Amino acid sequence: MHEQSIVEALLALVLENAEKAKANKILRIYLVVGELSGVLEEAVDFYFSFLSRDTIAAEASLFFMHTPAQLRCRNCNTIFSPEKLDLRCPNCKERQVEIVAGRELYIDSMEVE
Amino acid sequence: MSVKVLTIKEDILGVNEEKARINQELMDKHHVLMINVMSSPGAGKTSLIMQTINEFKAKNRITVIEGDIASTLDADKVSEQAVPVIQINTAGGCHLDANMIKEALDNIALEQTDLVLVENVGNLVCTAEFVLGEHKKVMLLSVPEGDDKPYKYPLMFTEADVVLVNKIDVLPYFDFDVSALSKAVSGLNPSASIFPVSAKTGEGLEQWFSWLEDAIKQTKNRTA
Repeated sequence: MHEQSIVEALLALVLENAEKAKANKILRIYLVVGELSGVLEEAVDFYFSFLSRDTIAAEASLFFMHTPAQLRCRNCNTIFSPEKLDLRCPNCKERQVEIVAGRELYIDSMEVE
Repeated sequence: MSVKVLTIKEDILGVNEEKARINQELMDKHHVLMINVMSSPGAGKTSLIMQTINEFKAKNRITVIEGDIASTLDADKVSEQAVPVIQINTAGGCHLDANMIKEALDNIALEQTDLVLVENVGNLVCTAEFVLGEHKKVMLLSVPEGDDKPYKYPLMFTEADVVLVNKIDVLPYFDFDVSALSKAVSGLNPSASIFPVSAKTGEGLEQWFSWLEDAIKQTKNRTA
């Protein structure tokens, strides 16, 4: 969802970092995308190729590293990765959960020249 | 040309979060409370805001920020209550963000304001992901939408400080179990306050008004 705003923010960040490093071209961008971030790769690729077209990121390849959702059951303290966002604890079957991981959305690193 | 690897580790939504933090700091300086009101389209945000203004405007200086994809329908309705309204049209954007709020705040005399009510775009998904600088998130879930929504939209329910179950006046016509809904919300978010209300008939609103009154008092008493 809203990949356009995300890509706008992503592009601004990579260009800023490239400028700081005095790079001429951005080759590869490595992104960490959590399962709960709601971000679709195809949509990011689509917006990125369009929005980056007159910049030094125009030919950059995007690589997505996916991190799974992790929930902690407040009832029995089990930490689990939900299947298809089913919030039921596999241990005690209660639905009292806290999100521990999976909302990440960050730029890990990039290759420039 | 040699290839260099740059370690970045920067949050993509970090820029929005930073702008939100700055918005909040500015409001704290002037002891202004900002509430971000969110829900699906048609759940009753505008009606709730109208009732809230009606109750609070005698003793509090209120400004409303209206977020919609298009039109000024909501802003027009609210301005009938004779409070300042700023309409933001996102022209396709599915949520408000901190930058839009910053621009709105630039047009508000914060030193003469006590409460800013932000009516976000009708959307149960994206609005939960973009902080604006608000102090509290209030979401509405209306009876016709069904009591299973917390399981389908966990993020929104996890983020909300208050969940208003609206349209309780039509409970007899729907299979909506208020206690099942409360259980679902508490499972995700034990600290959320849940108030069953009808923005139309006024039923149950006292609890919401009392919560808001406390929140305003706390904002005033905070030594910035």
